[in-house]
Amino acid sequence: MIKLLVDNWSEFISGFGWTVLSSIVALFFSLIIGSLFAILEVMPSKVARVIGNVYVEIFRNIPLLVITMFFYLVIPLYVVKINGFTAGTIGLTIYTSAFIAETVRSGINSVDVGQMEASRAQGMTFWQAMRYIVLPQAFKLVIPPLGNQFINLVKNSSVLAFVAGFDLMYQGNAIASTSFQTVNTYIIVGLFYLVITLPISYYMQHLERKLA
Amino acid sequence: MQNWIDAYSWINIRFLLQGLEITILISVISVVLSFIFGSVLGIIRYAKIPYFSRIVGFIIDVVRNLPLLLIIFFTYFGLPAFGFKPDTIPAAILAMTFFESMMIAEIIRSGILAVDIGQMEAARAQGMKLGQAMWHVILPQAYKKMIPALVSQFISLIKDTSLATIIVVPELMQHGQVVYGQNPNYIIPVFVIMAVMYFIVCYALSLLSKYIDRRMA
Repeated sequence: MIKLLVDNWSEFISGFGWTVLSSIVALFFSLIIGSLFAILEVMPSKVARVIGNVYVEIFRNIPLLVITMFFYLVIPLYVVKINGFTAGTIGLTIYTSAFIAETVRSGINSVDVGQMEASRAQGMTFWQAMRYIVLPQAFKLVIPPLGNQFINLVKNSSVLAFVAGFDLMYQGNAIASTSFQTVNTYIIVGLFYLVITLPISYYMQHLERKLA
Repeated sequence: MQNWIDAYSWINIRFLLQGLEITILISVISVVLSFIFGSVLGIIRYAKIPYFSRIVGFIIDVVRNLPLLLIIFFTYFGLPAFGFKPDTIPAAILAMTFFESMMIAEIIRSGILAVDIGQMEAARAQGMKLGQAMWHVILPQAYKKMIPALVSQFISLIKDTSLATIIVVPELMQHGQVVYGQNPNYIIPVFVIMAVMYFIVCYALSLLSKYIDRRMA
């Protein structure tokens, strides 16, 4: 197994790098998009709430693979040529943003409503109150669930393998099919995933205990 | 427009529905099995049996933090190296059950932890054995608390069956690929109808979970 790892070190590391890159890019954009839709869901305007709700419910209830394959096949056909990595990361971002919206919304809802009322009474606009008073408190509450979303995101990034996204899973399959050491290759791939996910998972458990 | 009408011919729709049937079949079998295994594993982890619970807990943490896709690959391409070669549908069920058991074990454990400790103490004080107290007092309360988490895990499971398309399990996603493989003009219509099918199943479940949750509260 060590020989397999050494022989294919550069492929494993490049796959690991693409997986990490895709996860971080998707996390960054899905945090922004997710927070926006979370705010829409708690806005006073009914139209905004409906838009937020529809977005979240649609993308939470459709498989990630369907979303990713759609972008992979449709955008190059009608809009612009993109590679598997980009299509996969777009799919991941949209899918994850729906879950983040749900998480952030529950955070916003658990901030006492008096905070918003008091800020509005001070003459702040809705957006100012959101930005300076409510969101900072909400994010503190949702750090552990957001960490779990990030773990899911890293695991879900394996769908890039479907669209030739050069990620860890994709490289693992390539190595497995050339070396014929299927079992060992998949164990190494698993260890690479665990290097990212397991520490975050234990840290989030620790945080949850500390906050509880 | 003609593309949409052609893509939605009865033959294609029926083919997709057959895929949906396999998707649901795999999901239901896997969820039932993993509920049973997950309960056992969750209770073992909760029970804090020296060493044993720790080892089980570590395995649960490891598997939960791996991508399901990797486990599917391992089951289908890795297990034959050990002289066991499952067919595609059994391989998918095996992989799903293995992964979901660990996810459900964690839900069960936190459900049990959420039951007030006084319940266990009171049951034990009445002369019940640990197993009796668990079965008659703790678990019924714990399962009630877990319903939303269990249903949302079931929804993820249904969505995740689409990953089994990589080992050519004839489920909805795979049948969709067959249909739009005939003609690139079918891609958008097929994705729309596939998304609608997944959405109806998953959204109905999430509404049901909300309804049960309200009734019980």
